[in-house]
Amino acid sequence: MNYTMQELMVVAGAREVHDDDVVFVGMRLPLLAFQLAKSTHAPHAIGIFENGILRDRPAGHALYTMGDTPNIEGAIWTTSMLDIMSLLQSGRVSLGFIGGAEVDRFGNLNTTYIGGRENVQVRLPGSGGGSDIASLSKRLVIVMNHEKRRFLERVSYLTSPGYGDGRNWRERKGLRGGGPCAVITTKAILRFDTETKEMILDSVHRGVAIEEVIENTGWDLKLTQKIEKTKPPTRSELRFIRKNDPNGFWTKMSRY
Amino acid sequence: MAQKIFSMKEAVLHFIQDGDSIAMGAALEAAIPFAVGHEIIRQKKKDLTLIGPISDMLFDQLIGSGCVKKVVAAWVGNVIMGVGYNMRRAVEEKIPRKIEVEDHTNFSIALSLQAGAMGIPFIPTKSLLGTGMMLGEDPFKEMECPYTKEKLALVPSLKRDVAIVQAQRADEDGNTHFWGGSGVTKEAALAARKVIVVVEELVNQKVIRRDPNRTLIPGFLVDAVVLEPWGAHPSPMQGYYNRDHEKYISYHHESREREGYMKWLEKWVFGVKDRKEYLTLVGEEKMRGLLVKRHRKSLPIDYGF
Repeated sequence: MNYTMQELMVVAGAREVHDDDVVFVGMRLPLLAFQLAKSTHAPHAIGIFENGILRDRPAGHALYTMGDTPNIEGAIWTTSMLDIMSLLQSGRVSLGFIGGAEVDRFGNLNTTYIGGRENVQVRLPGSGGGSDIASLSKRLVIVMNHEKRRFLERVSYLTSPGYGDGRNWRERKGLRGGGPCAVITTKAILRFDTETKEMILDSVHRGVAIEEVIENTGWDLKLTQKIEKTKPPTRSELRFIRKNDPNGFWTKMSRY
Repeated sequence: MAQKIFSMKEAVLHFIQDGDSIAMGAALEAAIPFAVGHEIIRQKKKDLTLIGPISDMLFDQLIGSGCVKKVVAAWVGNVIMGVGYNMRRAVEEKIPRKIEVEDHTNFSIALSLQAGAMGIPFIPTKSLLGTGMMLGEDPFKEMECPYTKEKLALVPSLKRDVAIVQAQRADEDGNTHFWGGSGVTKEAALAARKVIVVVEELVNQKVIRRDPNRTLIPGFLVDAVVLEPWGAHPSPMQGYYNRDHEKYISYHHESREREGYMKWLEKWVFGVKDRKEYLTLVGEEKMRGLLVKRHRKSLPIDYGF
């Protein structure tokens, strides 16, 4: 059974969703992951979108953006961004998904300035809701391409906070708990050491060698005791993904 | 009662001045006021500050045209494709001119507009702390809460001259109905000195007054109402037309180089005198394909007394 890494990432993302989660869904692979989770083990999960939409059933048609017209059909609530962000800030959002251009050893993300603000090499689009989600959701899953130029010892600009420089940085900065719990990439799944808060390798996708992951990580990547192989998608999971991303716009092309 | 109905050309001419700060695209990827943006470019407005949460393609188009001095936004790019090349060129190479960027998050944009709407100088938040946006003096400051002693980031109220509200319908007094995810539209309108409403339909007063819960903006805050069907194309308008994804994809490829963007601009903005002419380029067949086909009318309610 052939599948792309992006399809595997969708399935891995879906596994992170719990049935009682309120999820800040985002777009692209996380949206597909959320829809898959709701169709399988997390039927009661609630999805919120920052344009002001709250749904508890997947949209019936493939979405390219959260503003696409089918996202309203069957929605429970359409409101303002402030209401959605209030849910986030008051601690009612249990899971958020975000991506990034750069991630570092402690799960901080850069989606603004490659090279830093004073020495911009590439100006990226910016935070969007990502920084808010990283700061305020109870759990965070990061989704991105695994490349050495993206996996840095330290991001060149801190758009969305992970664990800062480690340990109790979040508490010291005044953030209320939270932080990333998983990083799902095109090569592996990584998690965070409970004490140091640095990123450690958890599982490697089939067809990817551990060395390949280490080579593409810009710091001395620690491994957990036993590196598993990431559980592959099932046939029905793949069927679902392909039905909801019919042209493979998100899952057959590398855009991360 | 002052006459509020204007053509797009008149509304932009009279209500948008050089140097103005303008909130546009407040509903994120839907109801983006592309027709307004293109008229702004045609009238060669200068030194504008653009304010918005997520700008899907519109700010990039305006930045490339040279109208923009400053961007106050959480995200500027092309949502399904990634970066905005004009945004990149302006920040990295100062092409066509240097621009200032005030980096926000979606929440901080919303709070900044809300502070303006509420008439207070700032609103505190637990977001932003520890990020690169807190470095430097502006715009965000940090404070210890006088009640709980916890750390707070402070989001100041934004200067906002004009808010563009792209909606489904309004009456001649500017009372505006909107449905869908409104993003920061209401806050932007309540915070602005001038409000321009652009709609698919002008309706009788009675239509508005039969459903006041659906009114997003009351008319007494509105300065201009512009009837401009398809004014949000290629973005979607709930109940009217779908997103024209192809236009975002092709713009991304065409605008990758400056010359390509200039050709795009010549064809789609300067080469047409208004939105009606723009729509002839889009083509009837494409427009028919974008029209919503699965109608979902709400059920009537009773505001009886």
